[in-house]
Amino acid sequence: MSSTLISNYFREANLPHIWCPGCSNGIVTRALVKAIDELGLDKNKVTVVSGIGCSSRAPGYLDFNTLHTTHGRALAFATGLKLANPDLEVIVITGDGDVSAIGGNHLIHAARRNINITTIVFNNNIYGMTGGQYSPTTPTHALGTTAPHGNIDKPFDITQLAAAAGATYAARTTSYHVNQLIKYIKKGIENKGFSLIEAASICPTYYGRKNKSGSAVKMMEFLRDNYIDIKAYDKLPDDKKIGKETMGEFKEITLPEYTDEYLRLIENLKGAEK
Amino acid sequence: MSKNIKLMQGNEACIEAALMVGMRFYAGYPITPSTELAELSAEKLPYYGGKFIQMEDEIAGIAAAIGGSLAGLKSMTATSGPGFSLKQENIGYAMIAEVPLVIVNVQRGGPSTGLPTSPAQGDIMQAKWGTHGDHPVIALSPESVPETFELTIRAFNLAEKYRTPVMLLTDEIVGHMREKIEIPAIEEIEIFNRLKPIEGKEYLPYKIEEGDIVPRMASYGEGYRYHVTGLFHDETGFPSNSSENAELMLNHLMSKVEDNLDDIITYEEYMIEDAEFLIVAYGSTSRTARSAVKILRQEGIKVGMFRPITIWPSPEKRLREISKNIKNILVAEMNLGQYVYEIQRIVKSNSEVYHIGRANGEVLMPSEIVTKVKEVL
Ligand SMILES: Cc1ncc(C[n+]2csc(CCOP(=O)(O)OP(=O)(O)O)c2C)c(N)n1
Ligand code: SF4
Repeated sequence: MSSTLISNYFREANLPHIWCPGCSNGIVTRALVKAIDELGLDKNKVTVVSGIGCSSRAPGYLDFNTLHTTHGRALAFATGLKLANPDLEVIVITGDGDVSAIGGNHLIHAARRNINITTIVFNNNIYGMTGGQYSPTTPTHALGTTAPHGNIDKPFDITQLAAAAGATYAARTTSYHVNQLIKYIKKGIENKGFSLIEAASICPTYYGRKNKSGSAVKMMEFLRDNYIDIKAYDKLPDDKKIGKETMGEFKEITLPEYTDEYLRLIENLKGAEK
Repeated sequence: MSKNIKLMQGNEACIEAALMVGMRFYAGYPITPSTELAELSAEKLPYYGGKFIQMEDEIAGIAAAIGGSLAGLKSMTATSGPGFSLKQENIGYAMIAEVPLVIVNVQRGGPSTGLPTSPAQGDIMQAKWGTHGDHPVIALSPESVPETFELTIRAFNLAEKYRTPVMLLTDEIVGHMREKIEIPAIEEIEIFNRLKPIEGKEYLPYKIEEGDIVPRMASYGEGYRYHVTGLFHDETGFPSNSSENAELMLNHLMSKVEDNLDDIITYEEYMIEDAEFLIVAYGSTSRTARSAVKILRQEGIKVGMFRPITIWPSPEKRLREISKNIKNILVAEMNLGQYVYEIQRIVKSNSEVYHIGRANGEVLMPSEIVTKVKEVL
């Protein structure tokens, strides 16, 4: 199965990828491809846009229309592509720093417009590419190369941020829960509007080493044991909530989609005096 | 057919021309004195089946415009002052990724928020060097409303032909003044569209076909499934770290402009045949300079004006030639001295180069230029 996914959707000549052993970027990328395969999307219409970061290197390996942009700006480039040609199936791959620090403004506005773009956030809670500096999702007290004395920032919840800003589909799972991740990505792509799927990920090389999280396997086990479905989480007594993270579908609603509205506007003006 | 004569603002003429040459995508963020460009695009584009979007900032404006161009639409973004600063990183992206795009900068007083409603020509060097790294730049500067129309058409054609962002550097005066303009019929307008991949032939997105100047450009969604990146890349479009490749690529980026200067560069020569003294001016300042030439000529002083219309690349060859017979050159510009350095570089020891300029929002007056010329003499 896996091998046909590779031959059908990967640019094999560009492999092996640049990611470290134990990095979860490959798992999340494969989940995206699996979702695309299961949905039977037309490869010629699928357009994958990314910013800058380890995770943002994924499009280079994928046999679709691919665009590797500037740090933080993937959603702005993607918005132009989607509006210019609404037939494109636009998917954005981004990291936690890319989408919520330098690109935070583009995230909230893409969500607000409810433009039909599916954003997949590889959230490893750190700046991987530049060597382990803290990001807007690094937990308070965690260590990073720019937080050598412990991080005093409070982290963003990117999924809830997108949901609050206007995304019509927002869900979070982890790179351990692969089947759920594939399911959420499929639902995100099928949602006609702005969708965000956050995949809690691991960076053993920087986050893991700095924070003594143990091996990549240990870090995966952490994802398995500490991410709890929001409904189950809500029922937990307060003392049991400590140290737990939530996953699940945070938002799923239907609202008018941006490019549809624009095409309607064009249609309404037809025949009118210029 | 009767002539289509209108009274129009510079910014209006820009959009009128853009629509005629085929602009179908505009993304930007409002800022004085460029705002009319966004407003008119928003109003008119949907009638042409085109798209307008007001993005969350200028960075997003140019990013979305690059996306629009990759999707196959002729795209534009426009801004002024602070917005031009914000666009710089993605200007470099469009240059290295070879994405056709028109960027209009209606210059206003700076630095920072500066003088929002006053004219300036303070972004001349930023247009050339604003984005980091070595890169090719094409920038045009109109002096009037009709020329704004003409150069907007040219900007789109050059962008499509050379696959590079082209800047239209106007200023608050040219952008906001109203003048008579004759709008040509669409058949009279020369329109260049980017070359598409050769059907049936293997497509390498950054390979230059025999006889072409730049790689042929497929639109996203057409079936070519290629990769675009801001990293140095080879013919395949995929990143390459090798210094040999980087050199090859930079050579291509620079030479596609430098090898075609005769096509890209235009300028105007005014009363230079017997001139002993030359005023160099561009954009709205050339209007002042022209008046000064007339006044000085009446007094029997042999003055002429040289006006670069293509600011970057500068009309180096022609100006150096002229300067051989010119003792003194006065560069007049609405800044504290920017293009003057380019002129000095060009004429070397052929002529003495002087400067008159100001950056307080006030335009130069003909009388000031007249006085300065007499001072030098
Ligand atoms: C304008 C700009 N600022 C900074 C950088 C340097 N930079 C590259 S990637 C990165 C952070 C990436 O972190 P994240 O988005 O979390 O992705 P990851 O590498 O962890 O997948 C930074 C700061 C850049 N390329 N561009
Ligand atoms: S640095 Fe971290 S995020 Fe980047 S490839 Fe290595 S493990 Fe993955």
